[in-house]
Amino acid sequence: MTHTIVPTRIYVQVFAALLVLTALTVAASFFDLGGGRLHYVNAVVALTIAVSKATLVVLYFMHVRWSSRMIWVFVGAGVFWLLILIGLTLSDVLTRQWIPALPPWGLGLKP
Amino acid sequence: MHPRRRKLASIDSPLQHHFVGLEQQHEASTLGMWVFLVTEIMFFGGLFTLFTVYVTIHAEAFAEGSKHLDLLLGSVNTAVLIGSSFTMAMAVKSAQLGQRKPLLGFLVLTMFLGCVFIGIKGIEYTHKFEQHLVPGRNFHLDSPVAQNVQLFFSFYFAMTGLHALHMVIGVGVLTWLLVHSWHGRFSPTYFWPVEVSGLYWHFVDIVWIFLFPLLYLVARHA
Repeated sequence: MTHTIVPTRIYVQVFAALLVLTALTVAASFFDLGGGRLHYVNAVVALTIAVSKATLVVLYFMHVRWSSRMIWVFVGAGVFWLLILIGLTLSDVLTRQWIPALPPWGLGLKP
Repeated sequence: MHPRRRKLASIDSPLQHHFVGLEQQHEASTLGMWVFLVTEIMFFGGLFTLFTVYVTIHAEAFAEGSKHLDLLLGSVNTAVLIGSSFTMAMAVKSAQLGQRKPLLGFLVLTMFLGCVFIGIKGIEYTHKFEQHLVPGRNFHLDSPVAQNVQLFFSFYFAMTGLHALHMVIGVGVLTWLLVHSWHGRFSPTYFWPVEVSGLYWHFVDIVWIFLFPLLYLVARHA
């Protein structure tokens, strides 16, 4: 058999890293990192940690690191299409207020 | 294929007749699960996108709603779920090595941690019902943005509810694995059911890895 048997040590290390990252993201939520115009910094920190945790799970627990290129393509396609879904949607929603002359056509412009 | 023949195939020879070899069969089962998981990414992705849109529009109300969530229970549940992913990874390893007793042990541990997660979720839901924070006729909150806080809780219950449903299905799949492991059906040449179920379990863990910061942490400072 050519399957990779991952050493237990690696699983333990990944497990520990995931717990540390969880503690880190909870701790970071108690601080107002940006404030004012930088109010999104907290969100960026929390999401960066979440993406790191998800990457660890996918690469090690889900064995993608040792998987064939075919699996890599499918995983990558899933993430890519998710980014299209979120990216294109936000490119509309977040830019609506950039042009003040436009009529308030809903979506939160009214209180 | 006739059900009886399939059963025989899994006991006598792990290779199904339509595959060239075990290697191809293994690759096909893993790839098949990943294709399903990609559809799940898009399924949860739609909810995540909608949540992101509404958290930018109703930032104040979502921050208020988020403060009503139990951060301690949420954090504990995150650790519990990560622990269950670790035991699941160890279960797959035990199956790869053909170690029956560790496999049974890790499967039971994973199921136990999964049930702890669902139990804690149940406690959180109960608190929300008691505090009248469940959207609908009995929702009550003294706030100028109460209507939009209700919207936050609609997202909370829809997303955590769907996640919990996936957990329940996962525990069901693990029960099936446990029965087959008990009868010694898995071996170093036939372990893909354990591995593929593991992929599903880890995916449900990843969904929570994103749900937790979005619902419990990010919205607080939105």
